[in-house]
Amino acid sequence: MKTSKELAVQMRGISKHFPGILANDGIDLDVYSHEILALLGENGAGKTTLMNILAGLYKPDGGQIFLKGREVEFHSPKDAIEHGIGMVHQHFMLVESLTVTENIILSLQRSGMNLHANQVKQRILELSSQYHLLVDPDASIWQLSVGEQQRVEIMRLLYRGAETLILDEPTAVLTPEEATDLAKILRKMADEGKAVILITHKLNEVTAFSDRVTVLRAGHVVSNLLTKETTKKELARLMVGRDILFHLEKKKCKAGNPVLQLEHVHATNDKGLPALVDVNLQICAGEILGVAGVAGNGQRELAEAIAGLRHIDQGKISANGQDITNSSPFKVISAGISHVPGDRIGVGLASNLPVSDNLVMKAYRNPPIVQGQLVKKKSIVQFVDRLINAFNIKTPSSDTPARLLSGGNQQRLILAREITASQGMLIAVYPSRGLDVGATESVRSTLLEQREKGSAILLISEDLEEINQLSDRVIVMYEGKIMGTVDPETTPLETIGLMMAGQPLSAIEKHGKVEQSA
Amino acid sequence: MNEAFVISILVITIRAGTSLLYATFGAILTERSGIQNLGVEGIMMVGAAASFAAAYHSNNGWIGLLTAVLVGIILGVIHAFLTITMRAEQVVSGLAMTIFGTGLASFMGQRLGPGNSTMVGLQGPSFERIPIPYLREIPYIGEALFNQDILVYALYLLIPLMWFYIYKTRQGLELRAVGENPQAIDALGMDVTKMRFLYTVAGAVLMAIAGAHLSLGYLQGWADNITGGRGWIAIALVIFSTWNPLRAVLGALLFGGINAIQFRMQAAGTTLPSSFLNMLPYIVTILVLVFITWAERNTHRFGTPSALGTPFVREEKK
Repeated sequence: MKTSKELAVQMRGISKHFPGILANDGIDLDVYSHEILALLGENGAGKTTLMNILAGLYKPDGGQIFLKGREVEFHSPKDAIEHGIGMVHQHFMLVESLTVTENIILSLQRSGMNLHANQVKQRILELSSQYHLLVDPDASIWQLSVGEQQRVEIMRLLYRGAETLILDEPTAVLTPEEATDLAKILRKMADEGKAVILITHKLNEVTAFSDRVTVLRAGHVVSNLLTKETTKKELARLMVGRDILFHLEKKKCKAGNPVLQLEHVHATNDKGLPALVDVNLQICAGEILGVAGVAGNGQRELAEAIAGLRHIDQGKISANGQDITNSSPFKVISAGISHVPGDRIGVGLASNLPVSDNLVMKAYRNPPIVQGQLVKKKSIVQFVDRLINAFNIKTPSSDTPARLLSGGNQQRLILAREITASQGMLIAVYPSRGLDVGATESVRSTLLEQREKGSAILLISEDLEEINQLSDRVIVMYEGKIMGTVDPETTPLETIGLMMAGQPLSAIEKHGKVEQSA
Repeated sequence: MNEAFVISILVITIRAGTSLLYATFGAILTERSGIQNLGVEGIMMVGAAASFAAAYHSNNGWIGLLTAVLVGIILGVIHAFLTITMRAEQVVSGLAMTIFGTGLASFMGQRLGPGNSTMVGLQGPSFERIPIPYLREIPYIGEALFNQDILVYALYLLIPLMWFYIYKTRQGLELRAVGENPQAIDALGMDVTKMRFLYTVAGAVLMAIAGAHLSLGYLQGWADNITGGRGWIAIALVIFSTWNPLRAVLGALLFGGINAIQFRMQAAGTTLPSSFLNMLPYIVTILVLVFITWAERNTHRFGTPSALGTPFVREEKK
C-alpha cells in the first residue's frame, strides 16, 4: 500500500537558543506522509528541541514551519494538535490515577460538562482494532505496563486525528518483544498515510524502524539518507563526527573466589509489594555479572538491598564471607562494597556542593584526609586533584558545584569516588544511562579496567547491548525473580528477550528441545 | 438514654458538622488541583468575624454571608498569588495565612462592635432554623436533619453536586488530573495556572462560608478563637476522606458527633475535666491519620493527589 508520498511537514531555518546553548541552528527538515523518518543524533544534538518546536511546546527564535505547503505558527501544543501534529514524549504525559478512557477524554478538549464516556470508549475500541493497538479502555494507567502506556499515548494522538506523529526515544523503556510490536504499529500507521517521526540515538532502531533518516549533530543537520542505502557504521560516524569502536577490548575473564553472595533473598518495594523473590546469586573477583530486565522488575531493589539501603525480609547477603544482611550502609561500605546509584543526581551526588566535597564524601573519615577530628585541606586538594586527573573529570575547577557538570562528567566523578573507596566490589546501576556515545565508551572501559584489576562487579542496565558487551555472565530479572543465568557470548538475544518477558530459562530450553526433536 | 438526649446530640452533630464540611469541601477542591492550603483555620476565622460584623451592622444575615464570600475571594487570591504565581512554599504561605487570619479576626472582634468596641457577646442577626413540614416529624433524625438553617440545607445540595462535579463532569476530570500530573495537563494545552487559581479561590470561599456558619448559624455570635481548631480538623478530614466528598460527609458527621457528645457531656456536668473533652477530636484525628497512612501503604490505592504541594513549572531547558 505504498501510495504516493506527500510532503506533510517542512521546517525551514529553525533556530532555538537556550541560555549558553544554541540547540537548533538553522535546521531544515522534510517529513513525508506514508513514511517513517528517524531523527538521529547524540544527546544534546537538538533532536528533542526541534520536535518540541514542531509540537508547539517551544517557540523557535527563527525559522518557519509549513504544513502541506501552508505556513503555520504554533503558540501551544494545542495549536499543533489542531493542525494534526502530536508527540509522544519520553516521559509519558498520562495521569496515573485515571483510566485509559478518562485520559483520552482529557485530551479531547471538548466544551461542555458531559464526559461522553461510552462514546469515547467505543471509538477507542475501533481504533484499537484498526491499528492493532491493544489497550483496555477501563484500566487505570498505573496498572499498565510501560509498553501499554505508550500505546495509550499513541492512541490519544490517533483519536485526535493526528496526521504527523512524533515519538521521542520510544523503545528506551520497552522489552525487545514490545519494541517489535511497536515497529509493526508504526508501520501500520505509515501505511495508512500518517507521517511518523522517531527521535532516537540508537542505530538499531533506525535500521529496524525507519524509511529515511536525518542525522543531527550539535544543532545542525549533517545528513539526509535513505535507511536502506546506509550502514550503522556510516550513521555512527555522521552522528558522532568520528569513528566509534563498536567492540571494546575485553580480556578473557579470570574469575577468582566468590566475593559477594546472596542466598534466598526476599524484599519488598516502596509500595510494599514483593520486589525480590528468592534471589540467589554470587559474584567472583574479576567478574562482571550483568543484570538484564525491563526497568521495574526488581533491579533497583536488588542494588539497594546489597548496598544496605533496603531492608530484606528473608535470606542472607554476605561479602568476603562476612554477613552483611540488613547492615547499615556504613557497614556495607566498610565491607568493601561501592555503589554507583541509578539516580545520579538524587542519590549519587550532593549536587549543590563542589566537585571536591563530592569526591571526598567517602574518603573523609580516613587519614590522610582527616587527622584526629580535623580535616586537612591540603590532603583534600591533593586527593581531589589526583582523582580529577586519573578519571579525566572535566570541570572548570574543583570548587564548581557538581550540578553544573555534564552528565558524563558527573558519572565519572561518582565512579572516581566509588572506585577509590571500593575494596573489590562495585554495584553499578544504569551507569551509562542518558550519556552520549563518547561518555558511555569511557564509563564502560572504566568498568572493564576495574574487572581486570580483580573487582567483582554487579552491572544493572536497561541497555542489552551494554550488558552483553561487558558482562561475563548475565542474569535476567522478571517480577523480582531470576529467570536464569546465561553466557552473553553464546546466548541468542531472543532468549534473553523471552526471559525479560517472563519466561524462565528452563522453560525456553525445554521448548527448544521439543522443537528440535519434532 | 432518652429520646430527647439522642435527638439533641444528633442536632448538634449536624450543626457542628456543617461548618466542618464546608471547610473540608473547600480544602478538597484546592488540594485536588495540587495546591495545599493550610490557611483553613485563618480563613474560617476571618470569615466568621467579617460576616458577623457585616451582618450586625447591616442587620442582615445575607450581607454577612456575602461578606464571607468576599473574604474568601480576597484571601484565596492572596494564597493563590503567593503559591501559584510566585511559587512560594505552600506550607509556609498557608501557615502565614492562618497566623495572619487569626490575628486579623481577633482584631476585628475587638474593634468592629458598636463604636469601635468589642463584638464579644453581641446578638446579631443569624440564620434561623427553618423546619421543613412533615420531614421533621421523622423520629430521631427528622429534627436533626430537617429543622436546620439555610446553610445546612444548601450543604445538602452541595454534597451531591461536589460528587457529580468531581467524578462525572469533564471539568471534574480535569480537576482530578491537574493535581496528579500538571505537566500532562499543560502538554494537552490546558491552563494549569488558571485552573489552580480558580480552585484555590473557590476553596477559600467555601472555607470562609464555613466560618460564617459558625458566627451566623451554629454559635450565633462572635468569640475569640471561635473556630477552635476546626480548620485543622478540616485538613485532617480531607485526608480521612481521601479527597472524596462523600467520605468527607462521613468524616464531618463523625467529628461533628464527637463535638456534640463533648458538648452534651459538659452540659450534663460530667466529672471529666473539660480539657480532656476538648482533646478528644484531636486524638481521633491522630488515630485516623495513622490509620489512613497505614491503609494507604498497604493497599497502594491512589488517594493523595501526586502533585500536591509542588509548584508547576513548565519544563524549559536549563
